Amino acid sequence: MDRSDVETRMKALLVGELGLEADKINNDARFEEDLEVDSLGVVELLMALEDEFGVEIPDDEAESILTVGSAVEAVIAKTG
Amino acid sequence: MTQRVALVTGGSRGIGRAIAIELAHQGCSVAVNYTARADAAEEVVAAITEAGGTAVAVGADVSDADAVATMFEAVTEKLGRVTVLVNNAGITMDNLTMRMSEEEFDRVIAVNLKATFLCTKTALRGMLREKWGRIVNISSVAGISGNPGQANYAASKAGVIAMAKSVAKEVGSRGITVNAVAPGFIATDMTAALGDEANDAVAGSIAVGRLGTPEEIAAAVAFLASDAAGYITGQTIVVDGGLAL
Repeated sequence: MDRSDVETRMKALLVGELGLEADKINNDARFEEDLEVDSLGVVELLMALEDEFGVEIPDDEAESILTVGSAVEAVIAKTG
Repeated sequence: MTQRVALVTGGSRGIGRAIAIELAHQGCSVAVNYTARADAAEEVVAAITEAGGTAVAVGADVSDADAVATMFEAVTEKLGRVTVLVNNAGITMDNLTMRMSEEEFDRVIAVNLKATFLCTKTALRGMLREKWGRIVNISSVAGISGNPGQANYAASKAGVIAMAKSVAKEVGSRGITVNAVAPGFIATDMTAALGDEANDAVAGSIAVGRLGTPEEIAAAVAFLASDAAGYITGQTIVVDGGLAL
């Protein structure tokens, strides 16, 4: 899947589904510290990603996804 | 409101059977989990269906993570996403601590405690998406007061109370409640195995003066599973006829 396509859909998801502020979202933004998503919110975010992109993110991998950029990378790695 | 889907582990007999029937009576579609007794589970399904409800039987060893995953997939496909989970499956392997084998300890913990974790974790994925859920863990007065010969069972039943409190704190903000029901002496196969003499002796120490019925446990579970109980979480309702007083 094209990187910019993933980034666009990711941003739409973060704004539309999770109510995050669009201007705060960039690849370096950390979910908990910068975007003020609580730890369960990150779990919900990853589930939303699974639904949106049709991928599966196992628990051990999920623990290392802390930023928007790392989530984008995880999706790209799985969708090819 | 769309019809809610309930999963009752160990739903083929005893207390689980009564819970499955009561939740169906309250309007849920019910998945009746069983481990070995497919015939008993099908009988529960038939009882629910004849009363105008919807139910399916699903076989799975709930202490096995892969089996739990497969079970949830099957239930979701047949009935829809599970939003009411009753962790009821339980076994006893009683022995004095000095005589209890490691296997007796591990097996009871696996079926009563680990399975509750596995089913809870899996069910939460759907409940978080729905932003609504009810989890009820079936504990026991043994998990509160202890019981000789039941170090394994009592520890597992105390465990599901503490697990309910912990998970309740994790997911309370998402419309999901997690509670426990602790039955006292209830007339089931499990207590019948103790013999009439032991049951009569027990009845003498119960304020209400008799053993409880599975239906009386099911009523408490159905309440906790309802919309009306949305502000109750992390709690344990003791349904023991006044045994612990």
